[in-house]
Amino acid sequence: MNVKKDFPIFEAHPELIYLDSGATSLKPQPVIDAIVEYYSTYSANIHRGLYKISEKASAEYEETRSVVARFINAPSPDEVIFTHGTTESINLVASTLGPERVTEGDEIVTTVMEHHANFVPWQQLAFNTGADFKVIDINDHFELSVVEKSDRRGEGHQLVIDLKRVITNKTKILAITLVSNTLGTINPVKEIIAEAKKINPRIITVVDAAQAAPHNVIDVQDLECDFLAFSGHKMLGPTGVGVLWGRKQLLDSMPPYQFGGDMINEVSLEKTTYAKTPHKFEAGTPHIAGVIGLKAAITYLQQIGLDKIRNHEKELTMYAGRWLNDELSDAITFYGPRHIEFMAGIITFTMKGIHPHDIAQILDEQHIAVRAGHHCAMPLHTQLDIPASTRASFYLYNSEEDVEKLVEGLKKVKKTFS
Amino acid sequence: MSIYADLILDHYQHPRNNTLLTPGVSKSVDVNNPLCGDKLHMEIIEKDGVMQEIGFTGEGCAISIASASMLSEYAKGKSKAELLDLNAQDVVGLLGIDLTPNRMKCALLGWEALIKLLNN
Repeated sequence: MNVKKDFPIFEAHPELIYLDSGATSLKPQPVIDAIVEYYSTYSANIHRGLYKISEKASAEYEETRSVVARFINAPSPDEVIFTHGTTESINLVASTLGPERVTEGDEIVTTVMEHHANFVPWQQLAFNTGADFKVIDINDHFELSVVEKSDRRGEGHQLVIDLKRVITNKTKILAITLVSNTLGTINPVKEIIAEAKKINPRIITVVDAAQAAPHNVIDVQDLECDFLAFSGHKMLGPTGVGVLWGRKQLLDSMPPYQFGGDMINEVSLEKTTYAKTPHKFEAGTPHIAGVIGLKAAITYLQQIGLDKIRNHEKELTMYAGRWLNDELSDAITFYGPRHIEFMAGIITFTMKGIHPHDIAQILDEQHIAVRAGHHCAMPLHTQLDIPASTRASFYLYNSEEDVEKLVEGLKKVKKTFS
Repeated sequence: MSIYADLILDHYQHPRNNTLLTPGVSKSVDVNNPLCGDKLHMEIIEKDGVMQEIGFTGEGCAISIASASMLSEYAKGKSKAELLDLNAQDVVGLLGIDLTPNRMKCALLGWEALIKLLNN
């Protein structure tokens, strides 16, 4: 895959080995161009101006809604809400639908591998309503403990999902990530949702797709989830823009999230009536340039093809796994599934006697950018019994040479502390 | 230039005063940096306004452990007033390297413990 030329950051830093796309992705020229074009040629507000550049801004903004809807196979663009990112998308659901649906004695279920963005809002909702907060654990294969695979060698594996001890008819919400940002585990969310709905057809399912949307084809109708959230900046788009998709019927029944301009139908001294979904949830001037940039990002990803990107990442991840095992197996402990079909392009590890921050710093001295810390997944690190870890994550602009540099870099880390 | 100078690595791999003091005689404190998972336990014995003994245990990155180790060496025999007079720059100065803002927190964890003990 020869796309590095599309990413101007590599002109500014030709030496950069960027292995932190799990935190945020780099931006290709078409995304930067789309943002610059908006600001330089039609930077008007949307939905209100009766003049040409405002009409163009509104059209581009609303066109992005359709592009996003097709990207996740949503039945209607009206089900697509623009937010600041995954965190706000999930908070929107937790704070509007949450208190209406959840009361004392109910249950909210999530997993120990969630990013704090899909953990803390639900913990807080449980705390505020008196609901029971239940957390699905992981097993020795770094997969969810409710998932059993009869054939771990891959081809033709049978999935068995056992939620009977976790989901009951009191469970109002199941919040689950498609891909763990730390372990890289790809969860069988479709099967888990189907099983959860068998036990309790009224359960609301909220899917965190922040780590999945940049790499995997997402189909909300196939998943049969109720809500799905992701961020623009992890998928080549701008920071500060994200998406919440929700079923129309649910969105219509929910109260607004924030109040003010743009989300109203009519305001009088006595009362206010609200705009329809999705505008009901988009109070104030949104991140117009960000939304337009997101459209450019999705278009770019689709031109290359998500399948091709995923295959490229699989190859890099396997290549990295092999190299690290050959060169450093005595020094490194890995935290993630072993089978590539259940693994995203994420390699998380610790090194004996060396703190992750020191690993990251020595790699940085060699211009290699990785993430070190708890990756906003403290409950998971507590469960793994490690204070922090180091994570290398791959995307379409990475190459085998990047993997080789990483291995060389880690050998230097080992040598420094020997 | 690498911040992993020989002196830093030496203090990380062989921290000075890496010991617990006599219980009952010493004062102790625990500090941590949840962002990196660094944890330090520090104990001091102070007499007539002078630092008699200092010890610490803990886990953390090379910078936090080396800094606590160097600070403990520096602090022994110094007066309380002198130690309370130290500022962040002085503490980083002990390490003899330049640090980015992100690593300052690591370097200052031992100092945070010492100040807490002295003010207690």
